[in-house]
Amino acid sequence: MSITAPVIELSDVRFSWTAASPVVVDIKSLRIDEGERVFLRGPSGSGKSTLLSLLAGVMVPRTGSIRVLGQDIGRMGGAARDHFRADHIGFIFQMFNLIPYLSVIENVCLPCSFSARRGARASVGNKGIKAEAIRLLEHLDMADPVLLRRPVSALSVGQQQRVAAARALIGSPELVIADEPTSSLDEDRRTAFLDLLFRECEQRRTTLIFVSHDASLGLRFDRVLPFGEINRLSGAVNVRDRIRP
Amino acid sequence: MIAELAIKSLRNRKLTAVLTTLSIALSVLLLLGVERIRHESRESFTATIAGTDLVVGARTSPVNLLLFAVFHTGNATNNIEWKSYRAIANRPEVAWTIPLSLGDSHLGYRVLGTTPAYFEHLRFARNRTLVLEQGKPFQSGEDAVLGADVAHSLKYRVGDSIVIAHGAGDISFALHDQHPFRVVGLLARTGTPVDRTVHVTLAGLDAVHEDVEPGEDPLASIIGTKHRSDTPRAITAFLVGLKSRGAALFVQRAVNEYAGEPLTAVLPGVALQEVWEITGAVEKSLFAISALVVAVGLSDMLVSLLTSLGERRREMAVLRSLGARPVQIFLLILGEAAFLTVAGILLGTVALYAGLIAGRTWLEARLGLYIAVSWPRADEWVLIAVVATAGMSIGLIPAWRSYRCSLADGMIVRF
Repeated sequence: MSITAPVIELSDVRFSWTAASPVVVDIKSLRIDEGERVFLRGPSGSGKSTLLSLLAGVMVPRTGSIRVLGQDIGRMGGAARDHFRADHIGFIFQMFNLIPYLSVIENVCLPCSFSARRGARASVGNKGIKAEAIRLLEHLDMADPVLLRRPVSALSVGQQQRVAAARALIGSPELVIADEPTSSLDEDRRTAFLDLLFRECEQRRTTLIFVSHDASLGLRFDRVLPFGEINRLSGAVNVRDRIRP
Repeated sequence: MIAELAIKSLRNRKLTAVLTTLSIALSVLLLLGVERIRHESRESFTATIAGTDLVVGARTSPVNLLLFAVFHTGNATNNIEWKSYRAIANRPEVAWTIPLSLGDSHLGYRVLGTTPAYFEHLRFARNRTLVLEQGKPFQSGEDAVLGADVAHSLKYRVGDSIVIAHGAGDISFALHDQHPFRVVGLLARTGTPVDRTVHVTLAGLDAVHEDVEPGEDPLASIIGTKHRSDTPRAITAFLVGLKSRGAALFVQRAVNEYAGEPLTAVLPGVALQEVWEITGAVEKSLFAISALVVAVGLSDMLVSLLTSLGERRREMAVLRSLGARPVQIFLLILGEAAFLTVAGILLGTVALYAGLIAGRTWLEARLGLYIAVSWPRADEWVLIAVVATAGMSIGLIPAWRSYRCSLADGMIVRF
């Protein structure tokens, strides 16, 4: 691997919903490098989604610093964090990724409406954002004109996830975060989806953070991070939750 | 971009959006329609007595006098002696007078006895004089001139013969059929009560009544008619035009203090104000009802937007993950409310104009209400602006809710 720069650096990050409520995320240090494919494993409800919200700048830690692409996003204003997220991060969720009233192509192009940078990057050396969207969908085996004309709610879950992947990748954001993207897919489709996602990320040297509770997928990643180990309090929180009536 | 999303989102919820737009449109149609008809009917009333400075009749309330003398509704309490009329008509301040004698009808239309001064001095629609579409004004006691509605709906032509009846009802058994009238002229449409009136001379009307005065010897009345027809015994009211409008109050007092018999003189503008005060309560309640209907239309929108928010939390979370700011989520929902409101107002206004254009002939024929199809007036623009502002303000509620939600949820939706 060539010279790597940190894409994500966390130090002494603590987060709780309110000042009085228990800490749900407590990470001493975490570093993820450019182009890395990281598998973040942990049971649901362990605070993984909260960590992703922190990385995305939707929430800010109570203490500590989160540096994404060298910038401390905890110190940015709300609008700046939203802007930063639009410019640099692509997301894929477990399900219901797509805006129901937009077409397949419109869904894929949507990040370019929120980020001029991604719009510009998507149209470089190409015919435009729409052409880039079709190119990406082609790579993900989703360019069949019949499929493109369908309302997104009429697509299968696997097809919807591939459209979501194209949307996360358009305009080449430096970081793609996938939160349980394959949990709604069967075995065969899961493998096919991962193949496509890896191929696209490798081509662009995109850093991928892939969250799942399914440990069997971990083998295909550069690094597996057991969330229970990096999050010092997650075990304790679970115990407390169990005790509560 | 947010506007585009708002419109596409509404298009996705087509049925609800169309129904909401329709309910706002109907409420706007009602609000503007009530306002338009109120204004136009006032205009139409005012235009009817344009140019008349005083209306004089036997002692009665100003409103009653105005209503029966000018608008031919209701009945006179008493007649005026001919010599009283002459005494006032001869005053130096008076430029012209039009004597009016009411009390008979023809197939539901009022019969008005008057003089050629009627055609010369009566003004309507600010400053227009009566125009004969066919024929000529009446001259002899057998002549009749018909208003446009009378001629049109009863299909009379110049030369036809008509018989008048005593009283104002549609069906009257006391027909004055010994004295038929001959139609000599048809008036052009005015949009005033003139259209629904049969005009004859005072002499003609007197002759009719003398023909059938009960208990009288028919022969005597025929003999008597000759010398009495030049000076009618009594009239119901008369309109006065003054040389100078400034003398109106002075002449009004002189009439009210006239020693010969108790008379009332009213300034038409002042009496109309009294009419508006009477009808004002009805107008206000109509306005209040239509304003409430608008409120119902807008709360319909509020309900449909608020219910949609629950199922759209996922969509908001996805938009947030794509970099949408909470303010943009706020604007998306507000934009939907704005779009629904503006679409409703536009549709309602277009429907109102379509209705006015389609229904104006009917309104004119049935209610004598001439509705001008013109651009919205200043106060109508104000109403439109108020509805638009109210719609946006109501849109703030779901917009604010989704703003709070998207701040709290971020990208995680906990169901």
